[in-house]
Amino acid sequence: MSECCNGGNKSLLYACSGCSDVGACSDKTVRKLSKDGFGKMTCLAGVGARISGFVESAKGADENITIDGCLVACARKTLECIGVKPKSFILTEMGLIKGKTAATEEVVKNMSNKIMAENKNTSSGNCAPGSDCCCG
Amino acid sequence: MKLEVLGTGCPKCKKLTELTQEAATELGLSFEIVKVDQINDIMNYGVMITPALAIDGRVVVAGKIPSKEEIKKWLLENKAK
Repeated sequence: MSECCNGGNKSLLYACSGCSDVGACSDKTVRKLSKDGFGKMTCLAGVGARISGFVESAKGADENITIDGCLVACARKTLECIGVKPKSFILTEMGLIKGKTAATEEVVKNMSNKIMAENKNTSSGNCAPGSDCCCG
Repeated sequence: MKLEVLGTGCPKCKKLTELTQEAATELGLSFEIVKVDQINDIMNYGVMITPALAIDGRVVVAGKIPSKEEIKKWLLENKAK
């Protein structure tokens, strides 16, 4: 995050990073999406802890995207607790089976592709790969 | 009162600095404005999008330029604590 982007969107990405295998998939998927410039990964725990910077960043973002491993939807609900309604993706609703899905590179790539395809029509734009999209 | 403007120096960061200065001056507050422009320092606040404003260490806005009236409201709320 070395300089401001030029009016790109401000999509923040959150993974539930839960302890199950699909939680691990959510974490790896968000890291891949962030690396690929789909948005910018941030800390769900920071929001949960009500760290003002994380909370205000969520409120100020153009779009918040949560990627949960399962239907418990901890990431989505954490955002909702601060009054932010995120765009929600739940990996078990996208074909993964909790308890039976190792977080392999192939699974992560597949989920990333699905999320990017589903979000394509609604997103206002993406950060350039490797950029940090800091300024709005 | 310590007012920190977080951002790497883009026009929006400069605008937020101006507005904050004006708001605090118009309220007659005793304050100092500090520019936080190093990425690691910004990240330490949990701020993911800039510009952002922190009042006595608490981030009150990130990712947009608030109105001067909003800034005044936050300043007065902080003063009342």
